[in-house]
Amino acid sequence: MNTWGTMNRSRPAKTPFCNLDPRTLLVAAMGAAVCLSSLKCAVPACAGLALAVALAAASGPPLVPLLRRLAAANFFIAFLWVTVPLTMPGETLTSLGPLAVSREGVALAASVTVKCNAIVLCFLALTANLDAPIIGCSLERLGIPAKLVFLFLFTCRYIHVIGEEWRTLQTAARLRGFLPATTAHTYRTIGNMLGLTIINSIDRSQRIYEAMLLRGFQGRYFTVAELKAAPRDCIFALLFLCALVALLYADTRMGTSHG
Amino acid sequence: MADDPILALEGITFGYAGSPALFDGLCFTLRPHERLGLYGPNGTGKTTLLRLIMGLETPQRGAVLFHGEPVKDRQTLHRLRCRVGFVLQNSDDQLFSPTVLDDVAFGPLNLGLKRGAARDRAMETLESIGLGNLAERPTHHLSGGEKKMVSIASVLSMRPEALLLDEPTAFLDDDSRDRIARILCGQNLARIVVSHDKTFLDRTACSLVTIRQGAVTEFTCADAVT
Repeated sequence: MNTWGTMNRSRPAKTPFCNLDPRTLLVAAMGAAVCLSSLKCAVPACAGLALAVALAAASGPPLVPLLRRLAAANFFIAFLWVTVPLTMPGETLTSLGPLAVSREGVALAASVTVKCNAIVLCFLALTANLDAPIIGCSLERLGIPAKLVFLFLFTCRYIHVIGEEWRTLQTAARLRGFLPATTAHTYRTIGNMLGLTIINSIDRSQRIYEAMLLRGFQGRYFTVAELKAAPRDCIFALLFLCALVALLYADTRMGTSHG
Repeated sequence: MADDPILALEGITFGYAGSPALFDGLCFTLRPHERLGLYGPNGTGKTTLLRLIMGLETPQRGAVLFHGEPVKDRQTLHRLRCRVGFVLQNSDDQLFSPTVLDDVAFGPLNLGLKRGAARDRAMETLESIGLGNLAERPTHHLSGGEKKMVSIASVLSMRPEALLLDEPTAFLDDDSRDRIARILCGQNLARIVVSHDKTFLDRTACSLVTIRQGAVTEFTCADAVT
């Protein structure tokens, strides 16, 4: 079963990128995000989107999870489409009653949509097959501050436990006849349950810290994962870098000629 | 000396804020290869005794000695924690690493072992107790019994000289209890097992003690009847 895009699984799905060092994939995805977000012209942005689509297609994603994730990202973009074309000054494209839709507003919203989708697709194609522990380990080896990596790993580990506690409280309430409604009793009950979840989480964090101290923790979190870069990582990084540089170069040239 | 206590509590007085003192001048020792079962009703201070030993609670009076040395500074406390394994009651508090292998290797890495050596040590420990197949599993995907066994593996991988176990059979089925008892019986280590499960204690401890009026006393069959 292809489990593309899941955070935790015992066996990673086979993709053309699965043999690459996770650090290479993370750096490539971050590089793509920086490069794509800085593009100003439409053509290079569309070329960036085409590159991202090609990467995503190569990684062979199951369509439904891919579309679900893109829909989540585009949900926020929808707000841009509602506001930017109507509020940005410029040449009027059309009018909706008293509101004028500007050409510049539409262009900006379209540009953001293209770039956002390209970035999301790049990240999904390159990193969605990496497990949380591997991402944490790679970030640590890439020099990301240990505390941030520690936070990331612990969030991945305990989000399930906290979620389970929340569900247990919900079940306990339901077993005693609680039916959510728009009433003060419902809000009070949910407030109490949220409060208890937070208190339990704080207590748990205390106990986990103690458990770490008990096993010799002295402020630095180590992992046993071994990461090794191979020549294929260099080749991939070089090709990817060339593609990004080409996009930036085209963007600069077009920007200059239009300017 | 070979028979000198690994751990000794001397004249410990302790009580939680706003509650009456749990211990007043408590004395207690754990010698090499001694296997104690700590039995008794809730609220008598069984878990607190383990927490005091491990330096998670600070006594108001008295001292904890590790190989005759008072545990006063951070270095001694760190040395104690690296040599005495404590298995917590709730495994979700104990297993914090993303995978089983990472968790079992956490202690050895803190002992200063290199990555490869820590990984080997962790695998060896897991295999020695029949859990080698769980190595790559995320810790939150384990069953209750597996979590408990991995918790035990996570302290065994530090090669401790004593083990403290707080309610190791809580919420477990008979099969899991049996596996844990077999794991413990296979370890030639001093240990204190806190449990309400007398059958389990009969299998894993050589003598039973209880905390009565703030003192650790021998527990006899007559006590069980009353």
